Amino acid sequence: MRRFSLKSLISEAFNAHQGWERQWRTPEPKAAYDAVIVGGGGHGLATAYYLAKEHGITNIAVIEKGWLGGGNTGRNTTIIRSNYLYEESEAIYEHAMKLWAGLSQELNYNVMYSQRGVLMLAHNSHDVQSFKRHVYANRLAGIDNEWLTPDEAKEFCPPLNISPDLRYPIVGAALQRRGGVARHDAVAWGFARGADAMGVDILQNCEVTGFRRDAGGAIEGVETSKGYIATRRVGVVAAGHTSVVMARAGLRMPLESFPLQALVSEPVKPVFPCVVMSNAVHAYISQSDKGELVIGAGTDQYISYSQQGGLHVPIHTLDAICELFPQFSRMRMLRSWGGIVDVTPDRSPIIGKTPIPGLYVNCGWGTGGFKATPGSGNVFAWTIAKGEPHPINAPFTLDRFRTGRLIDEAAAAAVAH
Amino acid sequence: MLLIPCPYCGDRPEIEFRGGGEAHIARPSDPQTIDDQAWAEFLFYRTNPKGLMAERWNHAHGCQRWFNALRDTVSDRILESYKMGEKPIGGGRA
Amino acid sequence: MAGRNRLPKGGRVDRSKPVSIVFNGRTLAGFAGDTVASLLIAHDIHFVGRSFKYHRPRGFLSHGSDEPNALLSVDRGPGKIDPNNRATVAEARDGLVTHSQNHWPSLEFDIGAINDVLSPVFVAGFYYKTFMWPRRFWDSVYEPKIRAAAGLGRAPDAPDADRYANRHAHCDVLVVGAGPAGLAAALAGSETGKRVFLADEQAEMGGTLLHDLTSAIDGKPAQAWVAEALAELRSRGNVTLLPRSTAFGYYNHNHIALAERLTDHLDNAPAHLPRERLWQVRAGEVVLATGAHERPLVFADNDRPGILLAESVRVFVNRYAVAPGRKVVFVTNGASAYAAALDAAAAGIDVTLVDVRPEGDCGPELAALRAKGATVLTGHTVLAAAGTRRVTGLAVAPLSPAGKIGTRKTLAADCVGMSGGWTPSVHLFSQSRGKLRFDPALDAFVPDQAVQAQRSAGAANGRYDLGEILSEGFAAGSAAAGGDASRAFTATPTPTGFSPVRVLPTDADPARVKAFIDFQNDVTAKDIHLAVREGFESVEHVKRYTTTGMATDQGKSSNMNALGLVAGILEKPLPAVGTTTFRPPYTPVTFGTLIGPSRGPLFDPARKTPVHGWAEEQGARFEDVGLWKRAWYFPRGDEDLHEAVARECAAVRQHVGIFDATTLGKIEIVGPDAAEFMNRIYVNGWLKLEPGRCRYGLMLKEDGYILDDGVVARLAVDRFHVTTTTGGAPRVLAHMEDYLQTEWPELNVFLTSTTEQFAVIAVQGPKARELIAPLVTGIDLANDAFPHMAVRTGFICGVPTRLFRVSFTGELGFEINVPADYGRAVWEAIFARGGAFGLTPYGTETMHVLRAERGFVIIGQETDGTVTPDDLGLGGMIARAKPDFVGKRSLARPDLEAPGRKQLVGILTDDPTLVLDEGAQIVADRDQPIPIHALGHVTSSYWSPACDRSIALALVEGGRERIGSEIFVTTPSSFTKATVTAPAFFDAAGERVHA
Repeated sequence: MRRFSLKSLISEAFNAHQGWERQWRTPEPKAAYDAVIVGGGGHGLATAYYLAKEHGITNIAVIEKGWLGGGNTGRNTTIIRSNYLYEESEAIYEHAMKLWAGLSQELNYNVMYSQRGVLMLAHNSHDVQSFKRHVYANRLAGIDNEWLTPDEAKEFCPPLNISPDLRYPIVGAALQRRGGVARHDAVAWGFARGADAMGVDILQNCEVTGFRRDAGGAIEGVETSKGYIATRRVGVVAAGHTSVVMARAGLRMPLESFPLQALVSEPVKPVFPCVVMSNAVHAYISQSDKGELVIGAGTDQYISYSQQGGLHVPIHTLDAICELFPQFSRMRMLRSWGGIVDVTPDRSPIIGKTPIPGLYVNCGWGTGGFKATPGSGNVFAWTIAKGEPHPINAPFTLDRFRTGRLIDEAAAAAVAH
Repeated sequence: MLLIPCPYCGDRPEIEFRGGGEAHIARPSDPQTIDDQAWAEFLFYRTNPKGLMAERWNHAHGCQRWFNALRDTVSDRILESYKMGEKPIGGGRA
Repeated sequence: MAGRNRLPKGGRVDRSKPVSIVFNGRTLAGFAGDTVASLLIAHDIHFVGRSFKYHRPRGFLSHGSDEPNALLSVDRGPGKIDPNNRATVAEARDGLVTHSQNHWPSLEFDIGAINDVLSPVFVAGFYYKTFMWPRRFWDSVYEPKIRAAAGLGRAPDAPDADRYANRHAHCDVLVVGAGPAGLAAALAGSETGKRVFLADEQAEMGGTLLHDLTSAIDGKPAQAWVAEALAELRSRGNVTLLPRSTAFGYYNHNHIALAERLTDHLDNAPAHLPRERLWQVRAGEVVLATGAHERPLVFADNDRPGILLAESVRVFVNRYAVAPGRKVVFVTNGASAYAAALDAAAAGIDVTLVDVRPEGDCGPELAALRAKGATVLTGHTVLAAAGTRRVTGLAVAPLSPAGKIGTRKTLAADCVGMSGGWTPSVHLFSQSRGKLRFDPALDAFVPDQAVQAQRSAGAANGRYDLGEILSEGFAAGSAAAGGDASRAFTATPTPTGFSPVRVLPTDADPARVKAFIDFQNDVTAKDIHLAVREGFESVEHVKRYTTTGMATDQGKSSNMNALGLVAGILEKPLPAVGTTTFRPPYTPVTFGTLIGPSRGPLFDPARKTPVHGWAEEQGARFEDVGLWKRAWYFPRGDEDLHEAVARECAAVRQHVGIFDATTLGKIEIVGPDAAEFMNRIYVNGWLKLEPGRCRYGLMLKEDGYILDDGVVARLAVDRFHVTTTTGGAPRVLAHMEDYLQTEWPELNVFLTSTTEQFAVIAVQGPKARELIAPLVTGIDLANDAFPHMAVRTGFICGVPTRLFRVSFTGELGFEINVPADYGRAVWEAIFARGGAFGLTPYGTETMHVLRAERGFVIIGQETDGTVTPDDLGLGGMIARAKPDFVGKRSLARPDLEAPGRKQLVGILTDDPTLVLDEGAQIVADRDQPIPIHALGHVTSSYWSPACDRSIALALVEGGRERIGSEIFVTTPSSFTKATVTAPAFFDAAGERVHA
């Protein structure tokens, strides 16, 4: 793999950029692999990367129905934070956060991880109690998260409207300074390039159509649109399509797939310095390096694989944005889109084994999976390599829905991811 | 925004309704006798189909009635709706 | 002076109405009917902006909403500045102030233009390859610089002073686009009386016919035909015409959103008019007659100001009567540009035409143009444009059939009109999830299978001949209205010959020249080559890696050229590379339009109780609880929250207080099976509760966790008056209705929300009975006749009441339910009597303190959706003998029975003056290394006037076993030591309520 650097960039500038290599190959599938990852999004590619890098398993295929990074990885609003409430969640998101910090260097690919701070607005006494609970819980976990007064919030984010005349005035905020955003496509591409360089085959436009199991019921291969591939280990990382893929293995899942919409404005000069989330009024906003305001909110209310939702959902989001930032009323919505998010009953992911030997699953990230990408791939790779969960993902079992040991961030805090 | 055919009121915009997820998941008649896994499957496990789906809707800002609808989760087209206790005719509206 | 490029006659501008606008400080004259673009062109101004990345000088590319370059900031005064307005769309009106964007210090001298010099480094995706060292420099150094360079205009910094409106509408047929196809469709669709909406994004309806000076329809000049058609439509009462209305989104089930511009074009907009209006139309059928966009040709420096689309040159000449240049060279690969050249020549402009097609492939248009004396070079390619701030010429060369480039020569030009063919505008069709089909002859995607009730017609459907367009539009309109009428139109034939070529052949090294694909985002052909070279083969990857198609025109000018180039490099058929998905909006829409009036008080409705006005008059402070505004505390003088609450608490404990409990949810449950229904919904047993008695009820979700609580009164054998938490009322009713309708339809029970029907006045304190006694009739208030947890009906102040003897304070208390309309009168009557009893109004904060002193929980504060009855110490309320109730089975799941669950306890800090933060975490040992395991958290914490110290409630692992033991609680800076206690701090035996 040719390294990216300022030096190589300048030398290629004199060479009219004729010397750059492919960032990943377009290989033909082999007959067999040591492991197959189903789903070529950020989590799947990260899983393959860490399997190769940390566990020496390089004879891997990542099978992607469309084009890599084309699902939720390329459709999300890229918020990264780790200030979750429960110790289980704190551990996995903080694990990801630490990996984010060095990811550009690790991958030799600038993923533009920008620690510009994530500010979560409190609008009522319930929010205050909930956010302080987070702040204190995070302190015990060594995760930065601080409580700000409205004036302090305004100082951190000058466009903020802290007038007491708001329908829901801002009464405080929680700030995670290490939180921020990253360039979503680059994350998928960086992991793909890194995995490919270690020998991982990324099979795009290839769909898994079925699973073959041996006499004992264990996985022995996958049927794909490009033919049968033998493997004893399959990791399904198919996000909104997890139920569809798992159904091909005969498994039902505690998942529902909803449209999640987002939008960007036309690009403008820098006007918004951080990420702001408001759960009470349902909106979050940041500004991309290109200058677009990136805005998102909650899901539509019905199951759909259409990657499209109703107009009333983004309108309600923009109601909230313009209430908090009335000066943005003349900004224009440039592009809106939808992703398909797979949501579990407790809004926390499922990462681990399934009832079928050799079949592993990593799903249920709901509306907040992007921020976990490196951490999720890292512990899932461990799980597949060792046949048992990493301590960090051990609580995120499928079995918790039987025992009742849920990790219910949403119920606890009513905070969107 | 969907246009949802309430069997009692007719076509109404989606904002009048509350979605209730997958339909025809019968509550076990004697929950105390089934094991934890079976109970978990009743509570949490869903088909989540890509394609035709029977789902529940509540006309919350209307007649307050619950009913079922058949919808294609790829096109979001609603083929028909029917009252609780009824079966879909399997045809579809024009 | 109307500008030296204003043509002496013609055009649709109103020469009797002069207007003047300001551009970068220069005042310029034009006419009503001009766009800002045509007005600037009249003054020979083409250089109006800088590109996104390289800051190259840019002019107008198009004449409409597909414009990628000419974006201006428009200043209408304070709070009315907005960026990124297309000069080709913005209508010129008197006094309009405009500025060019994305340059510093000025348009002419822009430091950012250094990027053009450095462009060999700043290729597609260069930022992924560098700026990684040192690690911390990304946020602090590189990113701020990149961000400052990016962006186009500046966001407004003042709140928007304008008003916006929303309208929901239904129609039988919505026709989008009022060109020839749309007009014909609207005529046909409205013939039978169906309600027809005809919407068009432009100020004037007529589409391409507005600049067609040569075609005739049914023997009439095209523009006369338009006028007649519009007059006919206006005369029909079932037709609604919506000019300046862009259909921007096609959503599920024929839900179409349109943005209407109402006042921007008016010289003096009346203050009462909204600026823009959002239409949400639910259409029975839709006819998409959205036309087509012309494509640029790709050659070196094809972005120079003065290089426009050929049809745009024609529009400026014919419709606006301005000459984009005096010496215009057209470059084309098809017949349509000849019409532009002919019209330009007719307007006295010096015209040359370069056709990439060999002579033999050209149609009759060739002879027609040559007959006018124009030079036409067939079989030629363009190698490059000359000029920087304005095109000065084109280097062209003959192209042999084998692709060999001959000797170049330069054609002088001050304007170039280029045509790379046409792309049907299938955006809305694609948004509606219609399937597209690639038509190789048209070299474009056209609508194939519609998914919703709609059809496409005219150029949007790949029809380019005027007669065919009209016939197809008419048939589509009729079919949409349920008819099958057809009509043949006699129209001048339209030459439509075309041979696809995108990147013009050149003898220069294609890796060294800038031939633009996406003008605004500065994506060149070599960027596309680089992306493909690096393995980005899907068009979605190319788009994201190079940013082509992601500018504010959303790829209208660039998508097909990018797709074709990728397909060419990969040697794949174009459909194999794919088309990108079109997403709303068609053109950018202001947030203001989308949100309409929902600002400030209309952002979310505020629910107010009948006593709200009284509380306001008393100076109460309010807090938001769900949609409700609740009185939080009633400060006297300059009391702060804590002083007021201490006083209010003391008054209730010693005398009597009055509290507005109206917001509590109320549901009436009636029917022969009401008690059975209650039995299944609540954990408690209800069969034995006697009429006239109340019980505290607890209900679970099916997962075993607490959903809500509240006092329930049994008014009669078949009638329960249920109360819920303030926030939980809708949720609880929905939960009950769900089970009643879907699980237990056999139960004969009716549920009615009565939250808004009653005002609820809580009178609490030792003197409560004495206070209200004289006002109550028909109820014996004596302690044994009306004990705690009883309910009676009677009258208060002559008003019917359901009188509850209940207490959430731990004191003797009543909750007086009266019809909401009488709420304030009864409240004031009680209050008028209160002076002698020390009656004190109190708010939610005091209510919270009083109940916490007694250890009463608040659902949503002590609980968070993961708490069981036993966790709260309320396991004893569960009627375990009941065979089933909602949530019962889940309580038997392993984790819900496991030891070590968090349980409700009291917390007393060693320092009695320290009031803990709610949400503070509890640990066993403060000196552990991080991460420290939390045992639980503080759910409620107050200064307790009754205990004269701080108190707190908390959920703590194995909490009941820890009573008496020491723990540590987090404080803002550290930890504090505290002791676990039982969760009750005052009158733990609960005797005072029986007074």
